[in-house]
Amino acid sequence: MAFGDQYRTWKVDTSKVPAACGLSGVISEDGNRMSGEIIIESMRVIHDRGNGLGGGFAGYGIYPQNAGHHAMHIMFEDEAGKAACEAMLAEELEVASAEEIPTAPSAAIVNPPLLWRYFALPRGEKVKASGLADDDFMVRLVMKINTTVPGTFVFSSGKNMGVFKAVGFAEDVGEFYRLGEYQAYTWIGHGRFPTNTPGWWGGAHPFNILDWAVVHNGEISSYGINKRYLEMFGYECTLLTDTEVMAYLFDLLIRKHGLPMEIACKVLAAPFWKDIDADEDVEEKELYESLRMVYASALVNGPFAVIVGYSRGMLGLNDRIKLRPLIAATKDDLLYVSSEESAIRQICPKPDRVWAPNAGQPVIGQLKGDV
Amino acid sequence: MAKSAQKKARSVTLDATGQYYREMNTEVRELARDGCDEIVLDGINGQRYIADGLVDKVRIVINGVPGNDLGAFMDGPTVIVNDNAQDGVGNTMNSGKIVIRGHAGDVIGYGMRGGKVFVKGNVGYRVGIHMKSYRDQVPIVVAGGRAGDFFGEYMAGGLLVLLGLGEGEGAVAGNYLGTGMHGGTIYVRGEITDHQLGSEVREFPLCDDDIKMLADLLAEFAADVEIDLAGVEPDQFKKLQPFSHRPYGNLYCY
Repeated sequence: MAFGDQYRTWKVDTSKVPAACGLSGVISEDGNRMSGEIIIESMRVIHDRGNGLGGGFAGYGIYPQNAGHHAMHIMFEDEAGKAACEAMLAEELEVASAEEIPTAPSAAIVNPPLLWRYFALPRGEKVKASGLADDDFMVRLVMKINTTVPGTFVFSSGKNMGVFKAVGFAEDVGEFYRLGEYQAYTWIGHGRFPTNTPGWWGGAHPFNILDWAVVHNGEISSYGINKRYLEMFGYECTLLTDTEVMAYLFDLLIRKHGLPMEIACKVLAAPFWKDIDADEDVEEKELYESLRMVYASALVNGPFAVIVGYSRGMLGLNDRIKLRPLIAATKDDLLYVSSEESAIRQICPKPDRVWAPNAGQPVIGQLKGDV
Repeated sequence: MAKSAQKKARSVTLDATGQYYREMNTEVRELARDGCDEIVLDGINGQRYIADGLVDKVRIVINGVPGNDLGAFMDGPTVIVNDNAQDGVGNTMNSGKIVIRGHAGDVIGYGMRGGKVFVKGNVGYRVGIHMKSYRDQVPIVVAGGRAGDFFGEYMAGGLLVLLGLGEGEGAVAGNYLGTGMHGGTIYVRGEITDHQLGSEVREFPLCDDDIKMLADLLAEFAADVEIDLAGVEPDQFKKLQPFSHRPYGNLYCY
């Protein structure tokens, strides 16, 4: 058995291997769609940032024919889990269509679970009875499936977007899922090098809820605090990886609490008290003081570089002292963010501008119009 | 054929487009050992560890963006990068010179103990961290642009010079400048506030030796990175040094 084979299963195993992850993302602010080949090519350059224990992607705008439906990507350990889950889906949702996620079997991707997608909408009467808004109903359903159906995990639940992830190197995962056959206006990618948590299919990045997808390099030392805080709002962390809290924090702060993206970033990568104390802009100072007090438990501590995809944009963000690399570039209507400049230059040889974002300063690309 | 009989400088160009770093670096190492004077690497994008540990007096020209840890443990060569560079340039480098004709990333000159790293543009976070010197081994990092936080963190020796030219907003260097510094000198051209400075560091007046050293160094830098330094004068720099040689000398003495 070759090194790492014992982890190349979809199920949880224990591993503790040191190092770093690789990130890359691109958005067309004009909403022009790009083949998934582009993000595979970018990730291929930073192959060595991962170790084959996780790779994944998210694409936005990939399901124009079913744009109004939630695209539920679900992994099942076995047929029993699939049957139990489908019974639950049928009860809670109007499922318009269901199909196996197309894959290209490859020697690089070993022992995949059953991978299915369901285009669905919540049943009106169920939503009404729950007293929840549609999106909250969907969040609760994802949590219910992930916590109660054995061997079953929803890894993508947004509209007109999808997460594709596996145990393997990023470029192999991209080819396994045939990403070249999808067209997206935003792509984000991740090559994993697990440090503190198992390398398994559910633990590969991106982490998703509704249209939020997060890829992360680093480790979230505030995971326990963030997890318990999120539990108060009904989010259950089931995927055994710290990054999961990021996806739920964005959903909570922006969708639920209505914070603008820039402000949410100041919650997650909060300015230091010493810098707040020295802030001469009184209004800003009061804002930062309030955010730190109200959202103390949503502060994300530890080293991180993240790229976040959402239906209207893409974000790159570093921790407060830039303990992980992040570089950005623009070319015409395109914004690129990555762990390494070479991953950008592979798919954009001559950018208009390349710069290293400062610690805690968000880089945001936003769609200008409808897509 | 006897290599020593060759008078004419020997230059070899390799097309490294899409090549994995291991094969490419093996080829470079063999050419250098073989007495090659110049190796031109075309089509570079992201290949790590170029010129690492090389001890030969070879000149390596890189066309493209080299990967991380360019020139780590390097001991002799001259490396010219006609583009931007990534993180960890000159990591623990011992001698030689690395010239970047673009910007460079984080942790440039990490633990560097000799030689020179010249960067035309901006540099990232933690540049010059843990640099050290011993007798005539004095590592030097010069950046034409701005630097991120932790410039010269835990610096124990050597020189960091920051010119503050080009695009960018706010201060020429970030926060925590010289935090934990206990040796070496940082020269910064631009405003620095006390809020930015590590608690071990303060400004000292420039002396004649500083002015002369900076004048020579700036001329060498300008020629190497191909930049016009009209208007940049040695007396415009602020000199930062630790004011205690052993700030933690009493830490474990009760």
